[in-house]
Amino acid sequence: MSIELDGKSYETDEEGYLVNMGDWNDALASAMAREDGAELDSNHWEVINFLRDYYEEYQIAPAVRVLTKAIGKRMGKEKGTSKYLYELFPYGPAKQACKYAGLPKPTGCV
Amino acid sequence: MIDFETPVLKEYPIIPLIQPGAMAHSKPYVAKQDLQEKIGFPGELIDDWQEVAIKKMGELVSKSRALMVFLDTCVKCGACTDKCHYFLGTADPYNMPVARQDLFRDVYRRYFTFAGKHFPKLVGAKDLDKDMLDLWYSYFHQCSQCRRCSVYCPFGIDTAEISMAAREILNTIGVGQKYCNEIIGKAQTIGNNLGLPEPALADTLEGLEEDIEEETGVKVRLPLDEKNADILLVTPSADFFAEPHVDGLIGYAKVFHAAGLSWTLSSHASEASNFGLFIGSYDNMQKISMRIRDAALELGVKRIVFGECGHAWRVAYNFLNTLAGPFDFLDQNYPIPQNISEVTYDLIQRNALTLDKSANDDKVLTFHDSCNVARGSRMGDVAGGQFIIPREIIKATCNHFYDMADDTIKEATFCCGGGGGLLTDDLVELRVKGALPRMEALKQVVDNHGVTHMVAICAICKSQFSKVMPYYGFEMDQVISLHQLVGNAIVLNRSE
Ligand code: SF4
Ligand code: SF4
Repeated sequence: MSIELDGKSYETDEEGYLVNMGDWNDALASAMAREDGAELDSNHWEVINFLRDYYEEYQIAPAVRVLTKAIGKRMGKEKGTSKYLYELFPYGPAKQACKYAGLPKPTGCV
Repeated sequence: MIDFETPVLKEYPIIPLIQPGAMAHSKPYVAKQDLQEKIGFPGELIDDWQEVAIKKMGELVSKSRALMVFLDTCVKCGACTDKCHYFLGTADPYNMPVARQDLFRDVYRRYFTFAGKHFPKLVGAKDLDKDMLDLWYSYFHQCSQCRRCSVYCPFGIDTAEISMAAREILNTIGVGQKYCNEIIGKAQTIGNNLGLPEPALADTLEGLEEDIEEETGVKVRLPLDEKNADILLVTPSADFFAEPHVDGLIGYAKVFHAAGLSWTLSSHASEASNFGLFIGSYDNMQKISMRIRDAALELGVKRIVFGECGHAWRVAYNFLNTLAGPFDFLDQNYPIPQNISEVTYDLIQRNALTLDKSANDDKVLTFHDSCNVARGSRMGDVAGGQFIIPREIIKATCNHFYDMADDTIKEATFCCGGGGGLLTDDLVELRVKGALPRMEALKQVVDNHGVTHMVAICAICKSQFSKVMPYYGFEMDQVISLHQLVGNAIVLNRSE
């Protein structure tokens, strides 16, 4: 499978996650969201950017608590909840946001 | 995402009219070459697959007397047909336990019985051809190996054993399931299903310690890799990562703290779960279990305690000693291994914890028995301890508790719908439909007793319910961890 953007094709796995993390860029993230019928606004980007920073340091997506705490610090306490994150990413913050951030899907019993 | 209709919750459970082929399209993603090879299986369907599969089948049957008896003794009485949650939720006749078994049994008879070899048509024996292989892949990944059917079978025939054998054969010829096999690979190389490396784990635990202190004013520790601690806690990695799991982890930490027990987590064995079980692979199960032994030796602990996880407890309770023993270096005065619920229950019995039930007064609780605990293992030292202990912990930590209907709990419990290695997004239709019987039972206690939350003691159950409950009009946070209740109720001594 793949995702097309500006005449270029980027390889993805069966579920639409980028195979090569190096392919990622802002426009590709927006294109992936559009395929799901979503439009990324500054709130989404705040999450996506944090995920990418965290991944770069730890080679894994952050745990839900780590994510909500960080978002609460950056965007205000009322946004530091998993309810808010599910509003932004209805398929689950860990999975859907990781996809747009170009990171692999979290595996396991989650 | 595939479109499908969520079943409607009815007032009384009804056995559905069969709909042949209703779930024939349901197949999980196949594992790619690298995932397969990493855990010791061929990368793709091998050329002589038929021959190899039949040989493997012969091997498995000759090694396991139980399997042979299960295959030989079914009298087609039909008692099991309406006992599987996947059948009740999908109406697909192949999801009747006996029909699922027959996919395996018919092939077995074709190649391993006199009548089947010589008069296959007469005895309904079938070739293992490509069509049969596809049916196997589809329907042996529609069995969560929950063993509910075996409770109702007069001969105790266990479809879970047959489905594990089928998956093992599939893997042996190069056809594995992506979800399970990727996880097994990660558990063996990184130490947990998530692929959570040590620095991320350390950072996550530190964050949780801050949270607890902020909330309670007490410094409760979540130690990692601390040598010479008394207890090694092995818990599902979902406890570090997901909700509501993490509240359970915080609960365990508070219990250890309040009881003054010395404990540690391990970054080497940062996973209780053991997906080797789901694919029937002894070798893979053993590799994962050995990490626990190695960590226990390396850290010099005296006891091993398991966190909340159903199949992990089944593997630990039944096989840990065979897989990774002997554990003669541990303190023999405690069960090896022990379940966190046993530890907490024991402390409650001895009045060693101060519990304020009113801390959970905002909730009315019910309890979901996990299949692998209910039917696959035990807790404590009395028969049925696995049913008594979690309920006694609930009653000690809250004021409002109601059980669901008798034929849906304890030994008769319904699977959450996501067990047995099926907790993956590519099977979401199956998971939603398979949750129907549990959702019906839940709705009854919600309507009759105002139940607000369902307590679970398994990482898979918790993730599955938070995913599927919204399909049935519940909120995702209506499932909670048993030790979340404990954590809420426990009174910590501030002066420490
Ligand atoms: S073991 Fe459970 S999922 Fe499998 S056939 Fe029996 S009842 Fe169904
Ligand atoms: S209950 Fe047992 S004997 Fe009866 S049909 Fe089912 S598997 Fe066969």
